[in-house]
Amino acid sequence: MGRRKTRHNAVERGLIGGAAVLLALGAGALAWAWETAIPPQPRPAADSFPADLVAEGARLAAVGNCIACHTVPGGRSFAGGLALPTPFGTIHSTNITPDEDTGIGRWSEAAFTRAMRRGVDREGRHLYPAFPYDHYTRVSDADNRALYAYLMTRTPVRAEAPANGLPFPLNIRMTVAGWKLLYFREGAFTPDPVKPEVWNRGAYLAEGLGHCGACHSPRNALGAVDEGRAWAGGEAEGWTAYPINRDSPAPVPWTADSLSFYLRHGWHPAHGVSRGPMAEVTGNLAGLPDADVAAIAAYVADRMGTPSAERRRRGEDLQALVPRLSADAGTPPGASLPAAGGLSRPPTAGSEGTASGGDERGEAVYRTACATCHESGRPLPFGGLPFALSTAVNAANPQNIVNVTLFGLPPGDGTVSAVMPAFGGALTDADMVALLRYLRGRFSDQPPWDGLERLVADTRSGAHHVAVRPADGIERAPRNVGAED
Amino acid sequence: MAIDLTVNGTPQRVEADPDTPLLYVLRDDLGLNGAKFGCGLGQCGACTVTVDGRAVLSCVTPVLLMQGRAVTTVEGLGTAEAPGPMQRAFIEEQAAQCGYCIPGMMMRAQALLQERPDADDAAIRRALEFNLCRCGTHMRILRAIRRAADTMRHAETAAPNGRAG
Amino acid sequence: MSDHSPLPLTRRGLLAAGGALVVTVSLARPLPAQTGGGGARPPKPAPGSLAQTPRLDAWVRIGADGAITVFTGKAELGQGIRTALIQVAAEELRVPPAAITLVTADTARTPNEGYTAGSQSMQNSGTAIRAAAAQARVLLAQEAARRLGAPADALGFADRRVTAPDGRTLGYGELAASLDLTVEVPADAPLTPPDRLSVMGKPLPRVDIPTKVTGGAAYVQDLRLEGMLHARVVRPPSPAARLTALDSAAVETMPGVIAVLRDGDFLAVVADKEYRAVKAMRALTTAARWEETATLPGDTPIPDLLRGLEREVGTVDANGEAGTIADGPRSLRARFTRPYQLHGSIGPSCGVAVMGEDGLTVWSHTQGVYPDRKAIAEMLRLPPERVRVIHTEGSGCYGHNGADDAAADAALIASKLPGRPVRVQWMREQEHAGEPYGPAMMIEAAASLDGNGRIDRWTFDVWSNTHTTRPGGAGALLAARHLAEPFPAEPAAMQITPAGNGDRNAIPLYAIPNTRVLWHFLPDMPLRVSALRSLGAYANVFALESMMDDLALLAGADPVEFRLRHLEDPRARRVVELAAERFGWTGAAPAPGVGHGFAFARYKNHAAYLALAVELAVDRGSGRVRMTRATAAIDSGAIVNPDGIRNQTEGGIIQAMSWTLFERAVYDDTRVTSVDWASYPILRFASVPDRIDVHIVERPGDPFLGTGEAAQGPTAAAIGNAIRAATGRRLRDLPFTPDRVREATATG
Repeated sequence: MGRRKTRHNAVERGLIGGAAVLLALGAGALAWAWETAIPPQPRPAADSFPADLVAEGARLAAVGNCIACHTVPGGRSFAGGLALPTPFGTIHSTNITPDEDTGIGRWSEAAFTRAMRRGVDREGRHLYPAFPYDHYTRVSDADNRALYAYLMTRTPVRAEAPANGLPFPLNIRMTVAGWKLLYFREGAFTPDPVKPEVWNRGAYLAEGLGHCGACHSPRNALGAVDEGRAWAGGEAEGWTAYPINRDSPAPVPWTADSLSFYLRHGWHPAHGVSRGPMAEVTGNLAGLPDADVAAIAAYVADRMGTPSAERRRRGEDLQALVPRLSADAGTPPGASLPAAGGLSRPPTAGSEGTASGGDERGEAVYRTACATCHESGRPLPFGGLPFALSTAVNAANPQNIVNVTLFGLPPGDGTVSAVMPAFGGALTDADMVALLRYLRGRFSDQPPWDGLERLVADTRSGAHHVAVRPADGIERAPRNVGAED
Repeated sequence: MAIDLTVNGTPQRVEADPDTPLLYVLRDDLGLNGAKFGCGLGQCGACTVTVDGRAVLSCVTPVLLMQGRAVTTVEGLGTAEAPGPMQRAFIEEQAAQCGYCIPGMMMRAQALLQERPDADDAAIRRALEFNLCRCGTHMRILRAIRRAADTMRHAETAAPNGRAG
Repeated sequence: MSDHSPLPLTRRGLLAAGGALVVTVSLARPLPAQTGGGGARPPKPAPGSLAQTPRLDAWVRIGADGAITVFTGKAELGQGIRTALIQVAAEELRVPPAAITLVTADTARTPNEGYTAGSQSMQNSGTAIRAAAAQARVLLAQEAARRLGAPADALGFADRRVTAPDGRTLGYGELAASLDLTVEVPADAPLTPPDRLSVMGKPLPRVDIPTKVTGGAAYVQDLRLEGMLHARVVRPPSPAARLTALDSAAVETMPGVIAVLRDGDFLAVVADKEYRAVKAMRALTTAARWEETATLPGDTPIPDLLRGLEREVGTVDANGEAGTIADGPRSLRARFTRPYQLHGSIGPSCGVAVMGEDGLTVWSHTQGVYPDRKAIAEMLRLPPERVRVIHTEGSGCYGHNGADDAAADAALIASKLPGRPVRVQWMREQEHAGEPYGPAMMIEAAASLDGNGRIDRWTFDVWSNTHTTRPGGAGALLAARHLAEPFPAEPAAMQITPAGNGDRNAIPLYAIPNTRVLWHFLPDMPLRVSALRSLGAYANVFALESMMDDLALLAGADPVEFRLRHLEDPRARRVVELAAERFGWTGAAPAPGVGHGFAFARYKNHAAYLALAVELAVDRGSGRVRMTRATAAIDSGAIVNPDGIRNQTEGGIIQAMSWTLFERAVYDDTRVTSVDWASYPILRFASVPDRIDVHIVERPGDPFLGTGEAAQGPTAAAIGNAIRAATGRRLRDLPFTPDRVREATATG
């Protein structure tokens, strides 16, 4: 923890200076920033909400991934209290069960809608933008009504969120008013009349409740989405959120169909399994109507654009490597896949830093530690993805492959999920680097990664904090001090 | 190739194909029974040993990585005649049915307690989440590890310079 | 089982006295516990396995040096039977447990006690050993009395010596040397009275645990014979696959490879070192081409699948006029399903075999050394006496898993490499896809209440395969089915017996005047199935006890009180009352989203009684069910090792909890796709309850009642009942995965 603080100190000093400006802005615009309290009301009876409205709310809450931030891993759903480490300090998510004292049991629908629309709680306090109201502002009144109905019919849980760990003056919520003045634009979603209905539905879901851009976009020094570079890739809880615009690094270009399958199932035979915070997103989307998932996929695919002829051709070549299910494959469980042919470079083909036999070492590690699953021929999502198809191996930033190699994909407790062992104990930093260089050299045509040694060391030590969770949300990251927070 | 490693405190030189998983070297070349084959995929924890004090799945760990490193198996925690604190705790709690998963559980717990002697129940459960038991001995395994933790803490207090077990 | 003589009436027939009666041919004989009627000892026939093996020296031998060897045809499966049998023998022989050497199932040495299954080891072997040991003590005493000139009842026993009142002593060895132990054990051998027991009924640390926690050689997987080779099989990728092409030349030249063996569709590789065998197996897998046929159910829903397989209906129970129960305000009708589920031992199956000059020796974790010997001998076309099967412990055994098949693999490979011991270890995916599963089942139940809130009519229809496809003949062995001259699997036949099979525990133990229970029998098995801990009792008790809760609700009664209202057997009432009391049952919901659930069953309707109350919390957002505590009360008759009963019961609850919340085999129309712990997840530590309490009702002097499987059915039902209490929703399709719970409770 200490190390994390040290690393953040410089950043924090800058931020606090910026925050002072925000505070001044907020105070200056006091009249604008002032929000009134909305009177509390008794909790509405659960049966006062029509069942179909609640069901619609359940689907929308899944799109919003509300449960992920508002639930402590392993704890009661929506009861809040999850620590969200931000560059500014730790914010704890709030209890959004209908408990009257500690949750939103006394909130009226108007209060709920205002929070979604403008980021203000029932008592009129500005909410920190960790709650992504910059996206939720686009949610329609009708959908807010359904979400309200859903949340008000959940099991009330009495749970007080811990106090936020924010330094002065960020702990003064008026700074948020200043932030809003600079970066927040309230407004409902406006359909593009030129685009088909499915595109507009997808855009509404993805840009609003889905808040894809919250993780998949770079943020500026004050934590606001860099609108000019929306969807150009960002970071979430220590994981790289890949670009989902035309810079997508996926070896096989995404299509609306493959995205739809991936969002629905949490994996795709040509792309592998979702993991890190994305596992929660796909876990939630699993319960959505096909039409909504397809709409999101269509919109995202459109934002990614048409791949170049070169990318397309390479993607088509790679299709030969895509493991097919069961009997179609002709290769029984336990078998090796056919040789990768021209698609993976021979192990000794001049990847950097291998003069001392590092490549041989990388290859032997690969054969025993990786190939057992990643060349098993077992159907995905349980067999590993051939690395030539792996975005993690082909992306510019190796953070995610470092994360999964060190910490694995922890098993879901009793749930069907991809499982990958953590190799942090077996691999020294030097072993990690040798293995990753080997993977990059053999399974990618991209240039070698820089700075692997530092990245591995920082990730292992917790200096770079990584939240490691299985699909059911029990947080663990052996030896990663940061994850113990 | 020849690999020099330390197993249960004894230096060993083993001659093996470099990609051979540590598990097979321990079982076949060194004749140790403690680490078990369970899945070969790193999903069940039956093969857990410690390497330099940290829990490692020996079924997916190529032996070439063990050059110069210290491996401990359940045989390194004590003997049937003189069981170590972890083993004694499992015997006292009768924490086994078929017992096949137990050495892996013990090594996982050993690694945890060496790093965090004060590990609470939640931390123990988190650490053991990687290890499967099919007989349903879980309650006893948890009890045994808590008992071992107590014993090891007291041993540390009594002999601050000594390491229990 | 051919040595069992048919009886004129089935148990069902007896139960059905006075009502409509359909008798189905039965192969069963009454069990000691039934005929004992709660008394100290059944007078006739000879107790336990003495009926088949009456001679004393088959069970107990005493050497001239005083060494005591006890023999059992039963096997240690992780259930602790070794320790319990030693306790029984030590008690009756008046020696410390450490003085006993116990030899378990070995066709060259021990009695033939069939399978170690059905929670019958204490009932059968324990009872026989106890009587044999008691009789041996009597003979020792008589001989000592004769030689010492003292009355037999004045002698003392200590330290393997018999002592006269005047202090003169003779060792067991000296006495045994002049004794003839080749005598029959009488049915009334004088057992130690309950108030004088000193070893039985007390916890004795398990004799096998120190070895297991210190890395001793404890399992067949740990056998290392001189010159032993390592083999791996390459299984057909789907049940009906045929090997069409094989280019094994490259595999044969891999380092360490001794042989590539092919016989029809049976394919194996043998190497000098284990990992070399693994690598060769992978290469051989790639080198083989198979023609596959779609024979699996794909995504056919279980009810449709099972209905389509129905070929025969048997009456399990008919009593009064159950008729067809019409829908109405005082009646309930519901359908329950259970999917195919795996044994899933943590250690995949393993077998070791060597073909010597005097014949074949096989080390196996089989549940039945004699039946396995018969099947292996048939497969290899050897006379059975040329095959010896020695039980050697494997990873936990919960029924008919891959043990017999792995033994057959080893035997077949060893038969082709005479003189070289061969060890075959299955891979994880082979175990998952290759072991026989617990069969999918469906139950349709209906019941109605009379004006007094009592159940007056009850119908219960069970759809199920047989739950036993054990060897048997060679056709029960995977390897034998794959040979160029294959042994086909024996056709399955419905057998309605007292112990039950698919119909196990289908008859309610509750007093209901009009009942009808049918078994809709499915002879064809698209997925290979066999015995999984408790057979049909798991699903039947789940359905039956779910119905009881819903009927209690309909009657406006507390679920515990409602059960007691229908229970006449005082022992059944006792465990229900004890579990409710120790749990703190109030019938009230403890908190929003938290529920209490109760269930009861007497396993097989003639083994241990078990009642269980659980508390759990349902998280509707995620659909996760977190069971926090469970309280069980069990009556196993006389107790040999109370801690063993606790261990088995805790284990049963946790394992059944895993089945109930998480487990379901998956497959497409050609291949099984449950091939590892990712695709077939089971319970991990996060789901383990905070506490489980097992309270034992002591019945000293009563017959032993099988314990090991008693918790399976009640656990499923108690969880379902608690979910109903927590959410108001009744779940009838196992397992209660988060998806299903979330869906069932999303809007409510």
